[in-house]
Amino acid sequence: MSHDTARVERAALETDREYNPALALLRTSVGRNAGLVVALALICVVGAVSAGDRFTSTDNALTVLRLAATIGVVSIGMTFVIIGGGIDLSVGAIVALSSVWCTTLASQQFAEDSHWTMMVLIAILVGAGCGLVNGLLIAYGNIVPFIMTLAMLASARGLAEIISDKKTQILGAKGTDVSGFKDFFNREILGVDVSIWIFAIVAVIGWVLLNRTTFGRRTVAVGGNPEAARLAGINVKRHTVYLYVLVGVCAGIAALLLVARTTTGSSTHGNLYELDAIAAVVIGGTLLTGGRGTIVGTVLGVLIFSTLTNIFILNNRSFSEQSLFKGAIIVAAVLLQQRLASRSTTT
Amino acid sequence: MTSQMTGAPGAQPLLQMTGIVKEFPGVRALDGVDLDVRAGEVHCLIGQNGAGKSTLIKVLSGFHHPDGGTIAWDGEEASFSTPAKAIDRGVATIYQELDLVPHLDVAENVFLGHEVSRAGFTHRHRAYERVRELLARLGHPEISPTRIVGELSPAKQQIVSMARALSRNTRLLILDEPSAVLDQEEVTNLFRVIRDLAAANVAVVYISHRLEEIREIGDRITVLKDGRTVATGLAVADTPTSELIRLMTGRSIQYVFPPRAERGPDLGGPVLEVRGLGLAGVFTGVDLTVRAGEIVGLAGLVGAGRSEILETVYGARRASTGTVAVDGKVLRRGSVGHAVRAGIGLAPEERKSQALLLDEAVYKNITVSTMARFARLGFLDQREERRRALELTRSMDVRPDGVTRAANTLSGGNQQKVVLARWLLRDCRVLLLDEPTRGVDVGARSEIYQLIRSLADRGVAVVVVSSEIDEVLGLADRVLVVREGEVVHESAATAIDEAGVLDLVMEGRVPA
Ligand SMILES: Nc1ncnc2c1ncn2[C@@H]1O[C@H](COP(=O)(O)OP(=O)(O)OP(=O)(O)O)[C@@H](O)[C@H]1O
Ligand SMILES: [Mg+2]
Repeated sequence: MSHDTARVERAALETDREYNPALALLRTSVGRNAGLVVALALICVVGAVSAGDRFTSTDNALTVLRLAATIGVVSIGMTFVIIGGGIDLSVGAIVALSSVWCTTLASQQFAEDSHWTMMVLIAILVGAGCGLVNGLLIAYGNIVPFIMTLAMLASARGLAEIISDKKTQILGAKGTDVSGFKDFFNREILGVDVSIWIFAIVAVIGWVLLNRTTFGRRTVAVGGNPEAARLAGINVKRHTVYLYVLVGVCAGIAALLLVARTTTGSSTHGNLYELDAIAAVVIGGTLLTGGRGTIVGTVLGVLIFSTLTNIFILNNRSFSEQSLFKGAIIVAAVLLQQRLASRSTTT
Repeated sequence: MTSQMTGAPGAQPLLQMTGIVKEFPGVRALDGVDLDVRAGEVHCLIGQNGAGKSTLIKVLSGFHHPDGGTIAWDGEEASFSTPAKAIDRGVATIYQELDLVPHLDVAENVFLGHEVSRAGFTHRHRAYERVRELLARLGHPEISPTRIVGELSPAKQQIVSMARALSRNTRLLILDEPSAVLDQEEVTNLFRVIRDLAAANVAVVYISHRLEEIREIGDRITVLKDGRTVATGLAVADTPTSELIRLMTGRSIQYVFPPRAERGPDLGGPVLEVRGLGLAGVFTGVDLTVRAGEIVGLAGLVGAGRSEILETVYGARRASTGTVAVDGKVLRRGSVGHAVRAGIGLAPEERKSQALLLDEAVYKNITVSTMARFARLGFLDQREERRRALELTRSMDVRPDGVTRAANTLSGGNQQKVVLARWLLRDCRVLLLDEPTRGVDVGARSEIYQLIRSLADRGVAVVVVSSEIDEVLGLADRVLVVREGEVVHESAATAIDEAGVLDLVMEGRVPA
């Protein structure tokens, strides 16, 4: 594989190669995830010290998780696409389009007439549809994922603006009764919001899918060495399509969580979600070159980001400061990853 | 045939490695290895798969950091802790797995890390000129310095690696199984270059599993076994081959081919039928029928189109003319999925880029083509996967034998066995094997031959491509000789000898 030889090169040009047991541990995914847990714990300590009770309360913990849920669901899907050797920049736009589509008066009316789950279905189908278009054009049209999903980013948001006429659509406006929908998503089970449960379920399904099924194994093969996967008889193109549909579905679910939380659908929803999701996945130790990554890492990555955001808010720091800090963390994580990757190439 | 130039024998060695130890998690790859190399000699390093040859030379090239032992260079203790230090001292290494950057062009690869530049600007013309000189010296003036390396054949890529080694002031050249990707003619060319270098007082360390080559090019031999030196500084001229094999393996095995079953008329019906297959610009009009239980060998030069024929039969390349049929059913052109469902398997030539998932466990590499068999409703039974994989790796003597280790922790020959195991697991109707024993040691080689023969005896139609003519002749029932994209000869393997095949390969005909 090309990135492999590139790694050999990098290793060959590297100057200092002393053996370090701590680094060796960090190279395994279990070790890396343990590292992330430590990082998260440290961040929590900082939170507790700087914001005291306001940070440590159960309520605040739930706030953090609620914040994590929406972006978390997207990140799980993104993990699959990235392990499979691709990238999806259009998730935020798909969230917007799904949210707008399932809150149009027509779908609300439709949902009221039949059942509120129709709205859920619509949101997920819109996500899946966008993913299908992405996947088909990437796999069979040979368009680079970066470009294709960039195009989708622009078009999906554009379509969302057209559908909504750039106005925020309010759930249950104009007398439609979608209380079933609201009741379902705003319920708590065992004191925890439904949205958090949904994130947990998506994460568990994602883990099982990646680690225990042929689908997951194929994803790793397709991302790790597409030529080898193809010659081993895996239908690489079709699998690529599945991956983009999967992330599209995740974006659809995220749109539902967002609609429920804000009771609105808007073409500005999900703005920059793609960046947050990619950042969480990368921090979680998934290689951007494909072939390697973990769901646990992604979940930890999401939690680290949402906890940080929470601490910044509790301490009344500006959004700008927060962004600056996030950027620094991403760079640090990638630098660490590259060092580990080049050191682990010894064959 | 001893080498002509042995520079100043008896002089102090250029390189002296003593008691080198290298441990990987769970394996002691080197356990006190000694090696001394003199300027101007060709020193051969031999040993079974996993003996530690590649690890030893990676210690020397600064790629691995040894856990013990000392290295003396020019009589003084020296550190080779980084590739930069090794390169500065004049050590150039051609790794077993080529290490070029595929997206860069030939010249950029040759000068990677020491670009020809003036005030920070790369000096293209001068670089191209020097690369052209180097390539000419290596006997390959036809390679253009501006070609993208990824588009070159493995053999040509190796020439580029050599050019890179020569572009620096090299005092010690290390070649790790260079002949594995070369055919006879190119090996001859390589030997010419090596002799020139030795004559210019460069020391050469040469690793190969082909003992005939060592007879031809080597001056002295060091034998490794299980990470230890079992013999060092043996003179090639007075060490018999049987002695070398005994030293390497600890037993005296014979390099034998399994007997062909006494059949003929009772051979099964045709399984694979290829008619008029062609790939624009590469090969044309290939007809090939393989019956159940038959092994057909494709001989020819590297680049003659043999691998392309296999890949086209397999659907990995889209044929421009002709048909491929399995059991009478014509396959869709250019569809690997269709070929696999029809029961064709391909073990490709380039294990690293075409076959292996290097970061993944050995058992996952083995089951990747048969996953569905271990799955119920998409859920994998990993215990069963590991059990079957372990059975296979044991029967093929893959060492070390744990199937949960990552594929990239295995030695080159053992990786090759893993690739073969993948297709043995699948009950193929047709098995296409491209260089199945590349990099595999003498002992394991006969085991692989046995395996291939027993598959055929179970009714599989096998096609083998090999650059080693004796392998094709010894293993196959029928031989096809491919030259410049055309089948120029077809006969029973017993009806032609090595010289005959060589003539066909070179001249396209048997001289009267
Ligand atoms: N990065 C690694 N991690 C763990 N074990 C390794 C690693 N590299 C090599 N080994 C082990 O070290 C031993 C020696 O391997 P090495 O590649 O040196 O063998 P070799 O003599 O070159 O064999 P071959 O002829 O097959 O190329 C093997 O048991 C191999 O599995
Ligand atoms: Mg080796």
